[in-house]
Amino acid sequence: MHSIIKTSFAAIVAAGIAVTSANAEQLSGDLVIFSDMSNPAPRAVMEGMVERFGAMHPDMNIELTVIDREAYKTQIRNFLTADAPDVANWYAANRMLPYVNAGLFEDVSDIWEGQMSTELASTKGALTIDGKQYGVPYTYYQWGVYYRKDLMEQFGMSEPTTWAEEKANCQTYLDNGIKCYAIGTKYLWTAGGWFDYLNMRTNGYDYHAALTNGEAAWDSAETRATFANWRELIDMGAFIDNHQTYSWQEALPFMTNGEAASYLMGNFAVAALREGGLDDSKLDFYQFPEITAGIARGEDAPTDTFHIPSGASNKDNAKAFLKFIVSADNQTLINNGENLGQLPVNALSAVDDDKFLNEGFDMLSNKAPGGIAQFFDRDAPAEMAAVAMEGFQEFMLFPDNLDDILGRLDAAAVDIYAE
Amino acid sequence: MTNTASNFDPPSRGWYKRNEIAITPILFLIPGIFFFAVYVIYPVFQSFNISLYKWDGLGEAEFIGLKNYQKLFEDRAFETSLWNNLKWLVLYLLAIPMGLFISLFLNQKVVGIRLYKSLFFFPFVISQIVVGLVFSWFYDPTFGIFTKLIGFVGLEIKGGVLGNPTAVTYGIIAAGLWPQTAYCMILYLTGLNSVDPEQVEAARLDGAKGWKMLWYVIIPQLKPATFIAFVVTVVGALRSFDLISIMTRGGPFGQSRVLSYYMFEKALSEYGFRMGYGAAIAVVLFMIMLVFIAYFLWSMYQEEKGAH
Repeated sequence: MHSIIKTSFAAIVAAGIAVTSANAEQLSGDLVIFSDMSNPAPRAVMEGMVERFGAMHPDMNIELTVIDREAYKTQIRNFLTADAPDVANWYAANRMLPYVNAGLFEDVSDIWEGQMSTELASTKGALTIDGKQYGVPYTYYQWGVYYRKDLMEQFGMSEPTTWAEEKANCQTYLDNGIKCYAIGTKYLWTAGGWFDYLNMRTNGYDYHAALTNGEAAWDSAETRATFANWRELIDMGAFIDNHQTYSWQEALPFMTNGEAASYLMGNFAVAALREGGLDDSKLDFYQFPEITAGIARGEDAPTDTFHIPSGASNKDNAKAFLKFIVSADNQTLINNGENLGQLPVNALSAVDDDKFLNEGFDMLSNKAPGGIAQFFDRDAPAEMAAVAMEGFQEFMLFPDNLDDILGRLDAAAVDIYAE
Repeated sequence: MTNTASNFDPPSRGWYKRNEIAITPILFLIPGIFFFAVYVIYPVFQSFNISLYKWDGLGEAEFIGLKNYQKLFEDRAFETSLWNNLKWLVLYLLAIPMGLFISLFLNQKVVGIRLYKSLFFFPFVISQIVVGLVFSWFYDPTFGIFTKLIGFVGLEIKGGVLGNPTAVTYGIIAAGLWPQTAYCMILYLTGLNSVDPEQVEAARLDGAKGWKMLWYVIIPQLKPATFIAFVVTVVGALRSFDLISIMTRGGPFGQSRVLSYYMFEKALSEYGFRMGYGAAIAVVLFMIMLVFIAYFLWSMYQEEKGAH
């Protein structure tokens, strides 16, 4: 009896699917979207996407809720379990792991089948867990050193490509009363960016990936070498003072005022720096220099994503929306300089003609043979990231505490990776 | 509204009417008890229960007995939070004498005293978030007034008050004392209204003045106000969360955390997925509070007994 009902139900569903696919152009019903794109530009992008998708499917009733980006990070677990939307924003790699493990994100491997896998190849790994894909990317951006071009020219220096040059440049700045690096570590993650780069350059991408995956120990010769390099900069006084009291935005004026010469940051800082009065004659970008000679360079390029919660009630509509998001045309449009000002993930999309986007795209496509990392707090499990980034901040203030910090991280890792 | 004579009416009235005196208080209590049970008592036991599990808040919970508590004892971040809680408890009590002296100072009749009183009460009216923001600018290591002021006397706190792991907790407590002192002040101002002028007069005739007058005549009469001030200050110290969240987020590297903030970080924040561990911290915090709750209940009970 049970199986008969099941079969007939399946038949009805199959028929339903057949009908929808026959009318693939015109979907109807509801689509509920929760988004964390709350900053002005991303919000306009999200609303624009809903509008264009709505125009393609006039009978569909789309409901968009934009939630503050920071608040979203804690709210997501409530709404995924209690009142799931059909589509939700989140982040790739380990950041989505807890939700995938808890069965809260839908397997969307079918969207990735065939051509999409080629078009989105660069981020497929970051969205794959146990061979299945659990979301789609809509944008990513490079990290690197943004610097005051005018200051560098004033002291007759050029973009460093090796660690020795980097330190020599830094010493020149310091001799002239300018700090080398602006940074604000109040919210900890900015120190994670420094660790990512120093570790990837000192020990290579593979070691870095092993460390964030819990396959390597924190108290090791390799990691200690990374911290030793970091300490060279700290002992020089390269970072601005009191960085533990600033957010990354609060540290920006140091750079726009010329009190600090550069900033290791994601490309999203460009908009803020331009707003702070730095035009392209004063602002430039270089790839984080080589430290250990001959190591293939890896880069951070965090990917922002869309997912379908398992509790969604309109999964067909949601999948159609995800397909729309990853399409080459849409990605070209939403990532251009007037919108997100970031890099499209789809390989067939065009990168907007912007100095930093071009340089970033070239760097990620041609100069990052080591591999593309997501970012420390997305590659490492959430709890490990929290403990480790706190340790990084402590190290930046009290480099002598290193033994203690490494011991603590290893102790924490035992618990966190045990699962 | 029935008059007392109706109590002697023949027993033909309904069951409710007959038991009205006994039933009515219970009826009035039911809504309160119901919500207290659902929103306070039940969650307390639920927290106890969750603290015995390893649970990320999303998937299956795994029973691990007392392991969370065992881990707490080895966790130095927990130890720091516990010590900070103690600092809060002790130093926050300064609000009581400070409030008392301000209220004595303001308890006089001059033109515009109402305005002065309301100005002193002002910090309690504004949100804790605003207090936190104001004090973080005040402490700012580059342009904050506090930094400049101590600079005049040749002092320097490395990293600024909020960036210095030793100074940070004291800095936040000082910010918290500002509104808390105002609160204690208003409690004492009300208390001073009920001080018996005849007793003051009699003491004066006996030659008491100054500190003796304050200590032996005024303060004993302010006992109810002191009790309430003590209760609200202890409770305020133990739930010090918003100031820490807005001023430092527990930093630098976790040195300004207290138990409530640590619990939030472990269980509910952006990177926190350890519900069981967070619940264990909550249980410890509850146990500390229980000591005070028991004391409050006991002294209220004693007072009730004395009143009859």
